[in-house]
Amino acid sequence: MLENYLPILVFIAVALTVGVVAVGVGFLAGPYRPGGAKNAPYECGFEAFEDSRMKFDVRYYLVAILFIIFDLEIAFLFPWAVALDAIGLFGLVSMAIFLAILVIGFIFEWKKGALEWE
Amino acid sequence: MTESLMTFWNELPVLIQILVKIVALLLPLMGTVAYYTLAERKIIGYMQVRLGPNRVGPRGALQPIADALKLVFKEIIIPSNASRLLFLSAPVLAFAPALAAWAVVPFDDGMVLADINAGLLYILALTSLGVYGVIIAGWASNSKYALLGAMRSAAQIVSYEIAMGFALVGVLMASGSLNLGEIVNAQGGGFWNWFIVWLFPLFLVYVISGVAETNRSPFDVVEGESEIVAGFHVEYSGMAFAVFFLAEYANMILISALTALLFLGGWLSPLQGILPDAAFSLPVIGWLLDSGIHWLLIKTAFFMFAFLWYRATFPRYRYDQIMRLGWKVLIPVTIVWIFVEGVLVALKIGPWSA
Repeated sequence: MLENYLPILVFIAVALTVGVVAVGVGFLAGPYRPGGAKNAPYECGFEAFEDSRMKFDVRYYLVAILFIIFDLEIAFLFPWAVALDAIGLFGLVSMAIFLAILVIGFIFEWKKGALEWE
Repeated sequence: MTESLMTFWNELPVLIQILVKIVALLLPLMGTVAYYTLAERKIIGYMQVRLGPNRVGPRGALQPIADALKLVFKEIIIPSNASRLLFLSAPVLAFAPALAAWAVVPFDDGMVLADINAGLLYILALTSLGVYGVIIAGWASNSKYALLGAMRSAAQIVSYEIAMGFALVGVLMASGSLNLGEIVNAQGGGFWNWFIVWLFPLFLVYVISGVAETNRSPFDVVEGESEIVAGFHVEYSGMAFAVFFLAEYANMILISALTALLFLGGWLSPLQGILPDAAFSLPVIGWLLDSGIHWLLIKTAFFMFAFLWYRATFPRYRYDQIMRLGWKVLIPVTIVWIFVEGVLVALKIGPWSA
């Protein structure tokens, strides 16, 4: 079974190579004429005001945290869904309870306003 | 003749065999990507009562080649305060997963490069990796617009990935396998067994989140020309920019193919179970009517067309609307439908009862 994964390894290597070669060809074939304003970061023609790695809204961070919780949930659901035939009604009911707890959490964060972007 | 060819093929080292197969897969794929860009401009042109590109070659048929040549000979500008290594690795990181995901996509029964049991898991993993390219590009550029685009993109892709993952769970419950070939075969028998029938809400969720995952219009605030000029790839030029573009289009084709495989029976013919068996044994017509790679290509082409159609039809969503749709509409819909599916499985109603 493991030898079925060899083509994937080769494919990933080929895909990376194709990407690197494409960018490399661009470097070889294109001109190279750096210049002051040309190499400055784009800011609608202004000089860059301050460092661009600025503070950002905490909600992006919040979304990332919520994502981890839900993605873990999906990671739990995947093997469960594949083994559904084997685990029968017991498996179904236990997953229903598990999902119900998570739905309560989801309702809580909804009511708390964690999902609001005004 | 064919026999000697077969022995010649079998005597080749395994690595060469694999490489030949990969090239046979990648060349048509890259051709499709190139002409998909032309199709986009042509189709949207006609939808807006314009001609679209029509100067290079007959009716603009050589336009993608001209574009590629132009981009190859353009300078790759690296902004002076960018992180050089990250800046240059970002396009490759966006591009490689978009190609490598094709390793497990089956085109016909058994016609797949790597027939692995964890196929869908592999696809989910690789499509999630694509977001790294976008974030790294935005951060390494050290430009405000690029950073804003990257933040938006990360939050958006991550939000819709949850909805997409839940939709896939529904497919897994119905098929009982992660292997894409087995998922398609579980839909056999006739078009009423296709998962789109029983999992219609999940199908809609999957299509919508597929559009959002690839940052396509109407969810393209990541690039939002009118607000943040081009978002994460504002500082990219020449081939570095082109590689991002190739990745986006390869991802669109991948999502289209996956939608066809997971919900529309992949290579299965919609005429299965309707026509008598005798019809499938007719010389040429029978082959056309029977299941085969051409049905997969037709279904994929339809979804690829739909991507362009959305872009010509829908106005862009506002960012808060996108997040609301993802979290407050799509995720509840998928959770409800997984509950419904669980009840149906328990009551032994539907195609998964066997």
